[in-house]
Amino acid sequence: MTSEIIQLIQEQEPQIIEDDIFADEDSSQYLSFVVGEEEFSVNILKVQEIRAWEHTTFLPNSPSYIKGVLNLRGTIVPVMDLRIRFGFKNPEYKPTTAVIILKTVDAERERLMGCIVDAVSDVINVAENDISEKPDFGSSIDSEFIDGIMTVNNSPVTLLNLDALLNLELIAHPFTAQKVSNG
Amino acid sequence: MEIDLSQFHQVFFEESLEGLDAMEEVLLDLEGEADAESINTIFRAAHSIKGGSSTFHFQEIADFTHLLETLLDEMRDGKRQINKEIVDLLLKSVDEIRKMISHIQNDEPVGDSHKELESFFSELLSGESSAEGSEKESESIDIDESESKFYEIDFFPEPYILETGNEPFRMFRELAALGEITVSANLEKLPDFDSLKPESCYLSWKIILDTDAQQSQIEEIFEWVEDDCELKINQFAGVSLETQPEPISTEPSSMTQASSEKNQAAAVPGKSLDILDSAVPSKQLQLEQTKKPESKAAKAPSASIRVGIDKVDGLIDLVGELVITQSMLGQLGDNFDMSKLNQLISGLAELEQNTRELQESIMRIRMLPIGFVFNRMPRLVRDLSSKLGKNVRLEISGESTELDKTVMEQIGDPLTHLVRNALDHGLETAERRIESGKDPEGTLRLNAFHQGGNIVIEVADDGGGINPQIIYDKAVERGLIQPGADIPKEQILSLIMEPGFSTAAVISDVSGRGVGMDVVKRNINNLGGSVEIHSELGEGTTFTIRLPLTLAILDGQLIEVSGEVYVVPLVSIVESIPMSKVEVSRIAGNMKVYKMDDGYIPIIDLTREFQIKGQSPSNEEGLLAIVEGENRKVALEINQLLGQQQVVIKSLETHYKSIQGVSGATILGDGKVALILDVVGLARRASESAAGSNSQVA
Amino acid sequence: MAKILAVDDSTSMRQMVTFTLKSAGFDVVDAADGVDALEEAKKQQFDLVVSDVNMPKMDGITLVKELRNLPAYKFTPILMLTTESSNEKKQSGRQAGATGWIVKPFNPDQLLATVKKVIG
Repeated sequence: MTSEIIQLIQEQEPQIIEDDIFADEDSSQYLSFVVGEEEFSVNILKVQEIRAWEHTTFLPNSPSYIKGVLNLRGTIVPVMDLRIRFGFKNPEYKPTTAVIILKTVDAERERLMGCIVDAVSDVINVAENDISEKPDFGSSIDSEFIDGIMTVNNSPVTLLNLDALLNLELIAHPFTAQKVSNG
Repeated sequence: MEIDLSQFHQVFFEESLEGLDAMEEVLLDLEGEADAESINTIFRAAHSIKGGSSTFHFQEIADFTHLLETLLDEMRDGKRQINKEIVDLLLKSVDEIRKMISHIQNDEPVGDSHKELESFFSELLSGESSAEGSEKESESIDIDESESKFYEIDFFPEPYILETGNEPFRMFRELAALGEITVSANLEKLPDFDSLKPESCYLSWKIILDTDAQQSQIEEIFEWVEDDCELKINQFAGVSLETQPEPISTEPSSMTQASSEKNQAAAVPGKSLDILDSAVPSKQLQLEQTKKPESKAAKAPSASIRVGIDKVDGLIDLVGELVITQSMLGQLGDNFDMSKLNQLISGLAELEQNTRELQESIMRIRMLPIGFVFNRMPRLVRDLSSKLGKNVRLEISGESTELDKTVMEQIGDPLTHLVRNALDHGLETAERRIESGKDPEGTLRLNAFHQGGNIVIEVADDGGGINPQIIYDKAVERGLIQPGADIPKEQILSLIMEPGFSTAAVISDVSGRGVGMDVVKRNINNLGGSVEIHSELGEGTTFTIRLPLTLAILDGQLIEVSGEVYVVPLVSIVESIPMSKVEVSRIAGNMKVYKMDDGYIPIIDLTREFQIKGQSPSNEEGLLAIVEGENRKVALEINQLLGQQQVVIKSLETHYKSIQGVSGATILGDGKVALILDVVGLARRASESAAGSNSQVA
Repeated sequence: MAKILAVDDSTSMRQMVTFTLKSAGFDVVDAADGVDALEEAKKQQFDLVVSDVNMPKMDGITLVKELRNLPAYKFTPILMLTTESSNEKKQSGRQAGATGWIVKPFNPDQLLATVKKVIG
């Protein structure tokens, strides 16, 4: 499943760029995935790659949803378990469990963050108009992380606000105020 | 063709700064006597900066260096005496140019601070240079008639003209580009065949040119050879086109060529400065402006290193060996059987060696001689000692000792601080020195050498030394140590680098060392290095800085803590002891300590400290790893020691943020990430909290 | 394509000249001073030499003299890169046997135009 999606992304990529440039209507592509029992999505341009779940190295004193760091071809990338972040109980690691490597841009630098999801679903084409405002209530997750709701095959898909979700300042580490020396 | 000149800016800045360093070095040596080569070196540096800055449109620097160059030119020609005032002036100019470059690098306006020196220079040079400029301007006055004219050009080149690389035919070609030409050769001077020298030019020519070009344009074509020929240009303005049998229309192609040639020709001579200002397409300026934000972000990573060709050659050799080994192993693998096992083993050993050597050589590319930093010091010592009225002799040795570029960039400030302090507080005045029977001239010694995997830098003075008793008393007064505590002298001396201590202005005068020592120490610690102080009363003080040769690689000891693998810098490990053999006591605040000969060592239970899931190592099986950072020891509870290996340090902050207790990460042989422990930080925090609880016990 | 030897002790100028000439399709070898340049010139025949005047080890004027002493470079065009103030340099360059000069500062277009004039 995951590998199919990866292939799908790879096949679609050039076209995405084209769509982006020559968009005749404001339609974009999104990667949808399952966390807990809900469907979520992110703009596909924010997806660097998708990997199967693998061992991560524990980071001291991290919040429980930071699972650690992994080696992405020589760079050290942090990994967040979205299931824990969104408050879903007892996440399991199954064959469909995947890590989506997402890109985000801080003030100056482009950062990467891996996000653990229960399964990757599909690449979907959604017009800007078909994304509704985020609801004030009704979702199981913090509305701060939501950009809007889209409807795909008659079921709701939550579009995530990556800037908020991946914001390092919101990821609390005790004692991190003091800069670590010797590095 | 559009060529983006900004791609050369970085190189220009770097070479200019190097040139300025060289200028400064020579200037400091100059003092009094000046040999031709020294002045030439200074001149050349200024000249290069001028040429580059005008080419790359840094007009302020170009104008400034132009004046500087004119002055240097006079010095070179012996027209101007070299004295201390001039040297001071030149040194100030070096500083000003540095400032201008740094402003430009940061995309800031250059400012006016150089203007003062500039006007001073102009005055000194009594306006000669400006006269030269106006003289040139007046050359170009010409009869302005754009209608077609006939020129008759008599061109008698000297016989040697070909040996200047000037082809008469090139000039004809250029003339042809201006209009219609008729050339007739004069063979009169052609000698007999047997006395004819093939490299000589015996011909002269008469050229009729029908053009609307001006005479100056024709003169320009012959500009390069005007001393190597006789040239007569006569204009017949009255002759109209109709008298020509057939007014041959110039081909379109040569037409455009002619017009572009015109523009070009106009730009060649000395007036080109103005032309550059006005005629360079504004497109280029815009380009630079829109690029600014990008270049700012990219500034740090695009910094370049100059690499000696020998280092590159060495790398190429190594890669060659690697390829040979690889192909040998490849062949072995194609049809392998057990009889070839020994070959395989030795092949793999070779591969390992090749790889290691390759790694070392690549690291060496980043290595630069510490002379780059040491060379700043003569200037500092000169300026400061004359300000302080002290006689100081600076001795520098080991300047070719190499260290990592990044380390070097960051060691400059701490080193400057130490030198400044040694001059300010360390060395006594001449009177005081004579009183105590010393050479009135003080000595400041800078030395560098390699020791193990470190570079050692020494800053030594033969001044009054630091009195440990005064420091001890002050430390007791400030509550840093217990009254009556027995503390080794070295440790007492190192107290002057404690934050609470060195900021105390009172002590700076007494101790002989000033404010900011804590910053020096912190900077060095941040580079993974250490500082030691040795001092003898009345004899002097030596600061010894130890730094890793490179920041990128570390010799690590792998340890296991409750199933997690961590890397500890090998240099920081003192020893490891089974927990069962250790007497652990608890002090207030539930802090575990372990008594060693020289006092209590705090114990950190890493499993709890890091909130690792799982049980802390048991007393029966666990180990205490005693590690040391910044002269503080701390014991870590670990499960076991694993292997030792060199690891490449990677930052957690590239995609995440810093985490306390961890200085970085690395990738192990199996591809997994292991965190590198921040021993200094762990030790500091443990001893601080231990000291807090200790005082409660005591 | 014509081969050009570009000589300048300033790395930025040398890169600029080399880059400009290469962009125009010339075959360019560079050298950082006269000694280097002479060595390169002995290794292969160049169709044009473009050289700075002020350089360490061996300056541009000496380089021209040395090149002219080599039979292979007796007639080769040699252009000097000079600054506008050094009129004397032009003279001595000419006496040493330089073909012509390009006055600094010049932009890539001016450089190319002059080079093409000589070997175009």
